[in-house]
Amino acid sequence: MNIMVLTLIIIIYLFIIGYVGFVAWKKTKSSEDYMLAGRKSHPYIMALSYGATFISTAAIVGFGGIAGQFGMGILWLVFLNIILGIFIAFVVFGKRTRKMGHNMSALTFPEFLGQRFNSKFIQYFAGLIIFFAMPLYASVVLIGAARFIEATILIDFNIALLIMAIIVAVYVMMGGIKGVMYTDALQGSIMFLGMIFLLISTYYLLGGVSNAHQSLTNLTPFLTSEVTAVGGTGWTSFPSLGSPWWWTLVSTIILGVGIGVLAQPQLAVRFMTVKSNRELNRAVFMGGLFIFFLPGTAYLVGSLSNVYFFQQTGQLATQVVGGNIDKIIPVFINNAMPEWFAYIFMITLLSAAMSTLSSQVHVQGTSIGRDVYETIFKKKGDKSVPIARIGIGFSVLIALVMGYLLPGSIIALGTALFFGICAAAFLSVFICALFWKRTSKWGAISGMLVGTLTSIFWLFFVFERTAAPLGIVQSLTGKEVLLTSLPWPVIDPIVISVPFAFIVTILVSYLTKPPEKQYIDKCFKGI
Amino acid sequence: MELLGIPDPWVWGAYVLSILGVLICVFYGILNWNKGGDDEKKEILEELEWEKKELEMEEEELGF
Repeated sequence: MNIMVLTLIIIIYLFIIGYVGFVAWKKTKSSEDYMLAGRKSHPYIMALSYGATFISTAAIVGFGGIAGQFGMGILWLVFLNIILGIFIAFVVFGKRTRKMGHNMSALTFPEFLGQRFNSKFIQYFAGLIIFFAMPLYASVVLIGAARFIEATILIDFNIALLIMAIIVAVYVMMGGIKGVMYTDALQGSIMFLGMIFLLISTYYLLGGVSNAHQSLTNLTPFLTSEVTAVGGTGWTSFPSLGSPWWWTLVSTIILGVGIGVLAQPQLAVRFMTVKSNRELNRAVFMGGLFIFFLPGTAYLVGSLSNVYFFQQTGQLATQVVGGNIDKIIPVFINNAMPEWFAYIFMITLLSAAMSTLSSQVHVQGTSIGRDVYETIFKKKGDKSVPIARIGIGFSVLIALVMGYLLPGSIIALGTALFFGICAAAFLSVFICALFWKRTSKWGAISGMLVGTLTSIFWLFFVFERTAAPLGIVQSLTGKEVLLTSLPWPVIDPIVISVPFAFIVTILVSYLTKPPEKQYIDKCFKGI
Repeated sequence: MELLGIPDPWVWGAYVLSILGVLICVFYGILNWNKGGDDEKKEILEELEWEKKELEMEEEELGF
């Protein structure tokens, strides 16, 4: 690949994005504008911006790599993403969130929860969770883009990380969410077209849809013994029920991300930016297509890359990349696709990384500016904008440092863990806020605390993939995890923490004083 | 039963359901394309009203 041509393409692309961001920045005047684009966004912009935020390099590179390892069973995640992440999220959650957010004049997700339960604690606690957990997700998104740069132009991974971080930091600090939403939509369009091309040309390369799948099925006898030992049965069949692979695929990958999406602060805040339910209805149209062609393509191509690699080298995808599954998609694109597409895909991934990262750090910045600073110091209005901007710069810095520290094959796991923490902390409170008027302030607070603490406990002490490398249990008990008998060490925290948080929220709500009817009526006005 | 070269119903089932899911989203979007926009004007007016009140409150409280 010609570095000169690529640099030129990237510079032109950045100029266009910079221009769109600059125009948006000129229009950003008040604090309200900065936080929420003044609540008036076009449905196409909203849907593509939601989609571009939702689907990042983590989904394309990280989960595409997971598909290369686990096979097409991961398509359940596409199904959940479409039904829960788009349909239910927009039609059921989105409409209520929008209306309630409007009734309470809430601008951020923590503010939404805080106002709904009339609790400052909820607002800054939620702000703090976001501020501290988001860097994990932001850093794996950075890694996703940097891995592709590394494989494409063969520069050092660490330099690639730094370049990405600088681009994102400058671009978000300038525009706030309005800039973010417009550039997201532009980036969403580029991602959409790039991935459709990738899907069609991969199937074409492997002799059509059925032929490609059949060739993948034919690879089953070549599964390694390590894979069959943990429950792998092939790329076109589901892992054996109850095996470690089954639990990882179902609880961490499919449920963790598929359900976790409903409680994502950087996505929920999108609902508060639309001016009416009509925009949400229209956004469902685009959103469904977007999810099918973006992660859907990544998962299919990730699985099918095994056929290509086997035909070309006699090796499976995980073997070709030396075990680091984060490299499967980048290596496949650079080898199997025409060279010009590698350039386009570079832009596609750059778009995917920038759009998600910018929203992540934007949510992080506003959580520290508005939810923590304004709430604790009781300052109001435009004074929180500089704090939010400093918060954003700080967030990018943490993500960058974590990007240097994290190991290989981390993208999908990191994403799933972040989605899981959000689900544990916010899902029960968010659902109760929207649908159950009887939820009390103390019910919400205890649900949020119990969900978060259970999740952290499970991650640190029981869940093998995180507890073992952390080594806390090892130093205390000499064993890697507290519960060693299967399936406990392979069950994702989300399976334990979310039901637990729901039970606590409901029980404590019944045991404590119900919220005032007048206040509830104000929140639910027009719903 | 095999479908599109995929032997396991648990896998091709997800493929088929994903396509159905997209169709649901597409049809829902088309059928409701123009619905739900009635409150828009009222809400924008309400928000302007709030902003005015907030400014007044700030003036009173902080003496700006």
